[in-house]
Amino acid sequence: MIAQLTKNERQVALLILLALAVVGIAMAAGGRHDPFGAHGALVLLAAIVGSFAVISGYYAPEPPESRLDSYYDDPSKAGIILAMIWAVIAMFVGDWVAWLLVNPNLTFDAGWASFGRLRPVHTSGVIFGFGGNALIATSYYVMQRTSRARMPDQLTPWFVLLGYNLFCVIAATGYLMGVTQSKEYAEPEWYADIWLVIVWVAYFVLYLRTLARRKEPHIYVANWYYLAFILVVAMLHIVNNLAVPISWGSAKSYSLFSGVQDAMTEWWYGHNAVAFFLTSGFLGMLYYYMPKRAGRPIYSYRMSIISFWGITFFYMWAGSHHLHYTALPQWVQSLGMTFSVMLLIPSWVSAGNALMTLNGAWHKVRDDAVLRFMMVAAVFYGLTTFEGSFMAIRPVNSLSHYTDWTVGHVHAGALGWVAMITFGAIYASVPWLWKREAMYSARLVEAHFWLAVGGTVIYVFAMWNSGIIQGLMWRTYNESGTLAYSFVDSLVAMHPYYIARAVGGLFFLLGAVIGLYNIWMTIRTAPQAAPETAADRPVLAGGAVLQAGE
Amino acid sequence: MGKEERDPHTGYLTTGHEWNGIIELNTPVPRIIYFFLGAAFLFSLVYWVLMPTWPIGTTYTKGLLGSDQRAYVDNTIKQAALERADWTAQIEKESYADIQKNPALMNVVRETGRTLFGDNCAACHGRDAHGAKGFPNLTTQSWLWGGTPEAIAETIRVGINSAHPETRSSQMLAFGKDGMLPSADIDKVVAFVRSLSNPAAKDLPADKVAAGKMLFATNCASCHGEDAKGNPEVGAPNLTDPYWIYGGDAQSIETTVWGGRQGHMPTWESRLSTLDRKILALYLVDLRKPNP
Repeated sequence: MIAQLTKNERQVALLILLALAVVGIAMAAGGRHDPFGAHGALVLLAAIVGSFAVISGYYAPEPPESRLDSYYDDPSKAGIILAMIWAVIAMFVGDWVAWLLVNPNLTFDAGWASFGRLRPVHTSGVIFGFGGNALIATSYYVMQRTSRARMPDQLTPWFVLLGYNLFCVIAATGYLMGVTQSKEYAEPEWYADIWLVIVWVAYFVLYLRTLARRKEPHIYVANWYYLAFILVVAMLHIVNNLAVPISWGSAKSYSLFSGVQDAMTEWWYGHNAVAFFLTSGFLGMLYYYMPKRAGRPIYSYRMSIISFWGITFFYMWAGSHHLHYTALPQWVQSLGMTFSVMLLIPSWVSAGNALMTLNGAWHKVRDDAVLRFMMVAAVFYGLTTFEGSFMAIRPVNSLSHYTDWTVGHVHAGALGWVAMITFGAIYASVPWLWKREAMYSARLVEAHFWLAVGGTVIYVFAMWNSGIIQGLMWRTYNESGTLAYSFVDSLVAMHPYYIARAVGGLFFLLGAVIGLYNIWMTIRTAPQAAPETAADRPVLAGGAVLQAGE
Repeated sequence: MGKEERDPHTGYLTTGHEWNGIIELNTPVPRIIYFFLGAAFLFSLVYWVLMPTWPIGTTYTKGLLGSDQRAYVDNTIKQAALERADWTAQIEKESYADIQKNPALMNVVRETGRTLFGDNCAACHGRDAHGAKGFPNLTTQSWLWGGTPEAIAETIRVGINSAHPETRSSQMLAFGKDGMLPSADIDKVVAFVRSLSNPAAKDLPADKVAAGKMLFATNCASCHGEDAKGNPEVGAPNLTDPYWIYGGDAQSIETTVWGGRQGHMPTWESRLSTLDRKILALYLVDLRKPNP
């Protein structure tokens, strides 16, 4: 890895690590009596490990000029492995908290093992650890190939990938120590947030620099989506995390916003995280890997445009549907609801465009579990966006809100759409990246597929049932005109569904473990010495030129 | 690149662009999509006209229907209170004894008391009110502070060792820890106390029990009474019945005598209405088993 960096890049890497070490020491000293100090030690440790790596490879010969003749894929390889490791860890924690809901006594009387601390480890672990790493890894892969340009340097992709994972580790360890700013999907505290801003801006600039070097006259759809993901997430993250730390030596901070403004900012962030992290980014993935794997053209370029701008425009307004029937003024709720309804159309145009792309390749869907992962993802994308728009309608929301229906909806999206498209994309990429003929075992991919589909279906049906029962129990009155059920009664009614959900989650987790094993074994098999074709290589400067008028 | 070709499968032309082997068709957007986009927009437009929606300066469009979620909630709550008024007024007004004689009202108490108990009391006392270690069983005749509905309602109102200024307060002293009784004497007292509720116990030598009885009279009887049947005035439990909050085996009783006990029950005066507390007291009396 270090051998691939130029001398100059190695020096810059050392400077960055030195700065990181200084920050780590300052944090550790300033926060001696606080988890902040523990995180300082963690940052210092990361800087020391990184420095050792750079120094040990410092005098290796510089990479040859011929490197510019190929795409830079090592960060993608690392990103995919990291994504799969995060998937296994975070899904394990997810199933753990699912069993914790079945039996709330499983906490060993320890603070770190309480539901409130473990749950964000699961959510951040799957969204940011698994999803984020997969997005970074595939975006590197896709942007280079669809631009026919190598990334502009070797250091930035590593800085983004490793810096991002440092953020994820700080987040997850913080939760276990009780560090949180109590905003869903934005739990990490101020210092972790600042670090992520630095990493994310570097990511954005890297993407733009690669696009600027492109040798294709047009920018492919996948890049619009990846770019929207990077740009909007930066904007959401910065605004929602504006906060004032109580001191420079403490992990705790207070939000710049208060009351209902804070709630609205949080759900503007939260819903657009769903939109631009969990939808846009993964649509970028779909738009590259699905046509590539199916060997079919995208069904309609025009539908791509309509859905891209429809999704981008409508989603921005939809966040307030998370605050129906709250202190939020009703007019804001009305806006959120109507834009959520309109959002369904471009969402289904996307899903339709994906499924129509498979026309002419359905025999491949039947035979190839990798492509089937992507097909099922598109179907779940359609189902989930329909359900989401439906649940955003105020009277529906009055039944579904605060119930397990929401949890089921989220998992239909997260398991059925996000994880499925990611597994599909990873299974497609691994043989391409490591230059193998195919995955180590097609049967294990098949097993993973059925475990994933089975797990998702069990999970989602359990939560639909439990959520609707819960919602109905909470609003049932007896003849005296008082509530017929106590909250505990509804919990007792949930118990069998919680067991079913935990079993469904276990299936899904097993699938991910099989996936990690299969990928590991694929990497360990001997490389296939297939000659690279011109299509696998970037166009060198002076190769093709942009055509006039494009 | 730049050459538009016809896709043999769908019959549509490509856009003529190609990225890493990916091409796109220039398929026109199906009309039905424009139709649904229009329909969704029309729905929104109608909704915007009818409901409060768009901000204008410091106010917003109120909508033709004049919908206001806060007024709606206020009205619904008033309406619901009105529908319950017939029985709420009766329960508030009538004495406990009269309510207990009224089967219709007691039906309301059972229905409503169950959910009130589930939402407010079950966390400690259990859904079935059988209690747990440290939390009394509420289905027996054995009540620390008295088992009449009036006494129960008062306990709910002020709590036990709570923050309420009129709280019921009680404390079992730490006879061992605070050096009031040597271990050997505690052993004897424990033997005597066990013999009260469990006369058939075989491991209790008569001389030890007798010695314990003497110690009990001088150290414990002031609260628990000469007959050890407790005293609801000070919240001292009856030691002759089979109900134990912290356990009735030798080990548990010894722990209690050695280290003392001071239970806690929160005050509910600011959290539950007088009506709700009255319903809960009646509910618990109704729940109580008829046996001793």
